[in-house]
Amino acid sequence: MIGIIDYGAGNISSVIHACGRVGEDAESFSEPSLAVGYDRLILPGVGSFRMAMEQLNDLGWPEAIGAHVKSCKPLLGICLGMQLLFDEGDEDGPTLGLGFISGKVGILQTKASHRIPHVGWNSLNSTQTHPIMEGVKDHIDFYFVHSYQCVPVSDENVLARCDYGGKFVASVAKGSVVGMQFHPEKSQPAGLRILQNFAEWDGQC
Amino acid sequence: MLKKRVIPVLLISRDRMVKGKQFSEFRDTGRPNSAVRIYSSQDTDELVFLDIEANQGNDHSHESLISVIRSAAEECFMPLAAGGGIDSLDKVRQLILAGADKVVITTAAVLNPDLIFQTAKKFGSQCVVAGIDYRSGHDGARVWIKSGSVETDLDPVSHACALVKLGAGEIFLNSIDRDGMMNGYDLDMADKITEAVSVPVIVCGGAGNFMHLAEAFTKTDISAVACASLFHFGDNSPIRARSYLRNLDIPMRVLK
Repeated sequence: MIGIIDYGAGNISSVIHACGRVGEDAESFSEPSLAVGYDRLILPGVGSFRMAMEQLNDLGWPEAIGAHVKSCKPLLGICLGMQLLFDEGDEDGPTLGLGFISGKVGILQTKASHRIPHVGWNSLNSTQTHPIMEGVKDHIDFYFVHSYQCVPVSDENVLARCDYGGKFVASVAKGSVVGMQFHPEKSQPAGLRILQNFAEWDGQC
Repeated sequence: MLKKRVIPVLLISRDRMVKGKQFSEFRDTGRPNSAVRIYSSQDTDELVFLDIEANQGNDHSHESLISVIRSAAEECFMPLAAGGGIDSLDKVRQLILAGADKVVITTAAVLNPDLIFQTAKKFGSQCVVAGIDYRSGHDGARVWIKSGSVETDLDPVSHACALVKLGAGEIFLNSIDRDGMMNGYDLDMADKITEAVSVPVIVCGGAGNFMHLAEAFTKTDISAVACASLFHFGDNSPIRARSYLRNLDIPMRVLK
């Protein structure tokens, strides 16, 4: 069973439906103490880094998610949920993140000719293989919608980059934690494949 | 490279889908759920749902829109935007909970621009599509509200700039004059708006054939074309549109 962390941040029904489509039971839950009952967690997110962290902190999520990660169970962060995996974000002022992956989150660095937010379909350049990306080809497009980018300290944590007037990190992994800047639940067959991979991944670390 | 998007627009009226000309003379075009299923099977880039009853005093139209979005979100795994009569954060929240990724705010963007700011603050700019319905007149173009029934004294370009400052993450530009006429987009206005703002712009109103889509992409810097009549009346589909545009070297999404 996949638990989808509901901390009041937006469209989580799509994630539940998408997991259901790949044959995986998923449900949202809003009580951090229940996290221990799930094999896998998904951290979704819309809105600002600061507001999301405030909500997570107020409700006591960081400890519960931290315990899950410590026991090597898989955690997937989607979009803002990926950004929250990092040490710090500077949207609406510097804010500490969950700190599972070393690095910061800053405004998307691109050329002046490129519009922000980065909205639409764009492809990945994978930098290493990982069970979560099994069967996903590099030229296939995924749906992105974001104005900020993750900047990991170590390239070892980078699974894929994306080109939008400069390269930014589109996917990360460290131990049992993975993050996608794009929305697999909105990316039709290729996105569903990633969710299926996540559902089958043991998060070995 | 970021691809250009082709977005079907579904106008919702009392649980049915309709399409008109210049925001009137609406014809029934079927059930929204059937259309969603077809667009999903065609791996459409994105869908926009607009409730056209909301500004006609139909208090129940918002519930219809929510139920259309809810079943669409169960059915398809693509970005969904919903609009029509959104005048409160509560309505935004309901639509997002039902499965919408973005909301299109048009009339309230004029009457209560703070809603744009509040929605961006709460749900992020990426969630806020500011709708601009406009008509051309002898002394220039003006923004219209309430499904094109009330004229304002706002100029579309300065209105777009103001909405982006408030936090709008995309502009949905809709020419009432061109709506349903199938004689091509208003490229002059699309050009002015894309020059004036730094967020993505979706142009709507007037697409009658694939050449109109291509023109919009080659002559202006718009990010997406929205169309309704083109797909409703005739045997055109987003798949065929994509392959036509791809042949002209316009970057289109790769699925396999």
